[in-house]
Amino acid sequence: MKDFIIPDPDFGTPARRSDKTVTLTIDGFEVTVPEGTSVMRAAAELGIEIPKLCATDSVEPIGSCRLCLVEIEGRRGTPASCTTPVADGMQVHTQTPKVAKLRRGVMELYISDHPLDCLTCAANGDCQLQDMAGAVGLRDVRYEAGANHFETRQNGEANPRYIEKDASNPYFTYDPSKCIACYRCVRACEEVQGTFALTVDGRGFEARISTGHDDFLGSDCVSCGACVQACPTATLQEKSVIEMGTPDRAVVTTCAYCGVGCSFRAEMKGDQLVRMVPSKDGKANRGHSCVKGRFAYGYATHPDRILNPMIRESIDQPWREVTWEEAFEFTARKFRGIQEKHGVRAIGGITSSRCTNEETFLVQKLIRQVFGNNNVDTCARVCHSPTGYGLKTTLGTSAGTQDFDSVEHADVVLIIGANPTDGHPVFASRLKKRLRQGAQLIVADPRRIDLVRGPHVRAAHHLPLRPGTNVALLTAMAHVIVAEGLTYDDFIRERCEMDAYQDWAGFVAEDRHSPEATEALTGVPAEEVRKAARLYATGGNAAIYYGLGVTEHSQGSTTVMAIANLAMATGNIGRPGVGVNPLRGQNNVQGSCDMGSFPHELPGYRHVHDDAARGLYEKLWNVTISDEPGLRIPNMLDAAVGGTFKGIYIQGEDILQSDPDTKHVASGLAAMDCVVVHDLFLNETANYAHVFLPGSTFLEKDGTFTNAERRINRVRRVMAPLNGLADWEVTQHLANAMGAGWTYAHPAEIMAEIAATTPSFAGVSYDLLEAEGSVQWPCNDAAPRGTPVMHEGGFVRGKGLFVVTDYVPTDERTGPRYPLLLTTGRILSQYNVGAQTRRTGNTVWHAEDVLEIHPHDAETRGISEGDWVRLASRSGETTLRATLSDRVSPGVVYTTFHHPETQANVVTSDYSDWATNCPEYKVTAVQVALTNGPSDWQLSYAERARAARRILPAAE
Amino acid sequence: MTPEKLVYMANQIATAFARLPEDAAVAAIADHIDAFWDPRMRAHLLDLVEAGAPDLSPRVAAAAGRIRKPEAA
Repeated sequence: MKDFIIPDPDFGTPARRSDKTVTLTIDGFEVTVPEGTSVMRAAAELGIEIPKLCATDSVEPIGSCRLCLVEIEGRRGTPASCTTPVADGMQVHTQTPKVAKLRRGVMELYISDHPLDCLTCAANGDCQLQDMAGAVGLRDVRYEAGANHFETRQNGEANPRYIEKDASNPYFTYDPSKCIACYRCVRACEEVQGTFALTVDGRGFEARISTGHDDFLGSDCVSCGACVQACPTATLQEKSVIEMGTPDRAVVTTCAYCGVGCSFRAEMKGDQLVRMVPSKDGKANRGHSCVKGRFAYGYATHPDRILNPMIRESIDQPWREVTWEEAFEFTARKFRGIQEKHGVRAIGGITSSRCTNEETFLVQKLIRQVFGNNNVDTCARVCHSPTGYGLKTTLGTSAGTQDFDSVEHADVVLIIGANPTDGHPVFASRLKKRLRQGAQLIVADPRRIDLVRGPHVRAAHHLPLRPGTNVALLTAMAHVIVAEGLTYDDFIRERCEMDAYQDWAGFVAEDRHSPEATEALTGVPAEEVRKAARLYATGGNAAIYYGLGVTEHSQGSTTVMAIANLAMATGNIGRPGVGVNPLRGQNNVQGSCDMGSFPHELPGYRHVHDDAARGLYEKLWNVTISDEPGLRIPNMLDAAVGGTFKGIYIQGEDILQSDPDTKHVASGLAAMDCVVVHDLFLNETANYAHVFLPGSTFLEKDGTFTNAERRINRVRRVMAPLNGLADWEVTQHLANAMGAGWTYAHPAEIMAEIAATTPSFAGVSYDLLEAEGSVQWPCNDAAPRGTPVMHEGGFVRGKGLFVVTDYVPTDERTGPRYPLLLTTGRILSQYNVGAQTRRTGNTVWHAEDVLEIHPHDAETRGISEGDWVRLASRSGETTLRATLSDRVSPGVVYTTFHHPETQANVVTSDYSDWATNCPEYKVTAVQVALTNGPSDWQLSYAERARAARRILPAAE
Repeated sequence: MTPEKLVYMANQIATAFARLPEDAAVAAIADHIDAFWDPRMRAHLLDLVEAGAPDLSPRVAAAAGRIRKPEAA
């Protein structure tokens, strides 16, 4: 067990950025800080702690508690050090008899209205009020008990000022009796999270923190935890701390949910996780978190977790628990048997975007070295494979160009096909902070996502395009930029291939690409497109952030290239504040792509046709690496149905639930002789599996995740794997059962092999990560501490390549039978297929998937709020409840895909991106009608799932 | 994989390169298929070209000669 306690000092007020510095003296010590820094922070940087209650360095100071008073020579009175900026030559005294007396007086007043139940309080030992009472030397409270907020009864009657504890949120409580009205929670909700769910009701003695609703659960609160983090007392307190007591050590690790990759301090007590607290040193999240990373980790110890390996000869049998050895031997025998009978290429595997880089590297190594083919793919196939193709073609490498800090320098942000407040909440909070400072926002999305209009955030333009018309819209924006002469010609001349640019410019300038000509296709008013294009091109630093609403289309790759074209044409690439930023869905989508998970690419995006790259591995691994691209996931399933693909090892991925056209996936899996599922739970895919290998959570292993900004973050083991083996060990045992002879003793050794064989990772090591906290690849001799912004001096491919983006409508068309377009997305509280979040308290926010339908479409179908409806497409049908919403346009319906009961992918089509086979999840022609209950498929599926999950009692 | 689906996928690629002149398009189609298609998919496609699949884009048919010949596994 690794004890990695990092002190987490609170500097009292946020850091300031300034070119100018100021030198002053505090208690006789000289200190130099950036202009604008508070006296409190300057003192903290010297190691001098000034008592404080209402100040914390995550929010701006308000100078309300009067505990941080200091004396400054030549100035009158005793100013609050949190709101007093430093000045050159200032002489500050933080400890004088005068301020000591004042501080004691302030504390005495605070304590006079606070319950003195410290010994039994949940914040005992972790309470700033307690600490400050000690720090100022409070020894006596002279005030008689009078009107107060903490006694339940006074003078034999109920105390009218007492408010009961609110325990409605599943993860924390609000106890008004312990509140000192410091406003830290209110400011954290505003400044850090940007939700503005909290306010202060009343003034003076009557001031109370309020959500404006009956309770926290019923309010606008998104449960990000920022208020809990900011609270200096037990007023806002994690329920886990109330139940378990205070933690005794902290281990810094990385969240295993979305692609933001937040750093957390896992606060522990023995091997028990007490709470996850966002790390201020985390360069992706800067001390912030969302409800998933902060609180939704209970799945790690959920009773549904399978801890013993299991096998069965056929999928109609119940599972039989076996030893690890037996499971590995069984799998090895099956796989080798298939290869003898059906050829080397008849088996393959899928790496997981949820597992570590090291684990992913090993799975692709297993397939390339031990299976002897390139039949390896990853769930990035169904999300960001078009990003790989599109950005590699235009810019030269498949990666986001910026770090998340970059958004602090953006003046215009274009969000397309992404819903950051739900999918990437911590990034959304950082974006909203910048928008409140005055940056402008353009949202291109069929749905009115929260960012379009929220508290203190309003998009300058919302372009509510018809699903499937991204290319037409982006080309129309390019038309405006070229036709109105808004291109950045010097940048293009210097940095891009001119022939291709001129070809492209001629193409987009054609009248048929004008916003007026494409309005009928996209449904977006031409004038709005023109204004948005002008703003993007001329509004200063312009950054594009996009998600799966871009990639998951039959023209996903084309759309990614259209985005790169826009950025190059306006010179918005290669410096902070701009760029092309794919928001990755899962924690390690970037890493799994980097690690050679694609069937045509070795680690570091080198094609299998590349003799030199293959040669490197051939020498190291002592085998011949196939120079033939392998099968992609949809191709594997097609080949399975066709009888040429018979066995698969799936690590941490539930393709039956997450991949499109569920019935096709099911028939592909059913056609295989050996399906091996390596996962935490008996997921939907496991219903078709012959071997189940229990997986381990991110809390149980060492490794690294790479987030959407290419940042390689450490994952640290805080508890032993409940199943006995970390995932990388399971893969190693399986490889060895097939004769590999691997001897990795720690993931650091795997990283060493990655670094030795992958140029962009050449400088990466666990020692470096320990020293730096994290690094962004490329990390090598040219950039020994990583690369925050890519393409600074020139593009990775040399000259940037403009690619002509002709709009080709999808063949998934609406018609009389299927007149509506279904598009899908995520919700804040749930994650992907929900395997983790459905097993946490998060279900209180989203217990089932619902269908958003415009009131107009609902009315013509007789549908009311909450009705059961049948959602049918050419592929299949399912049922779910409807909710009426004008967030979607008439003609468009929307749902999430977090619950297996809904099986939204029974409905999605088999169409896919032309370049990468990334499925077209985001456009399905459907019909919606009233119904009484679950569809036949849902009923029969539930029955089959129940049968497939039977486990025989363990044999003696 | 059904022949219809394979033809559909090949035609999608041809459509993506439709703006290129004949020769460049044929080369781009062949390169794309070589880069991303597993040998059994390429073999299947070449069989379909051989058999004269009527729905196949003429440019895909023209690219067949340039597509890397798959070796048996």
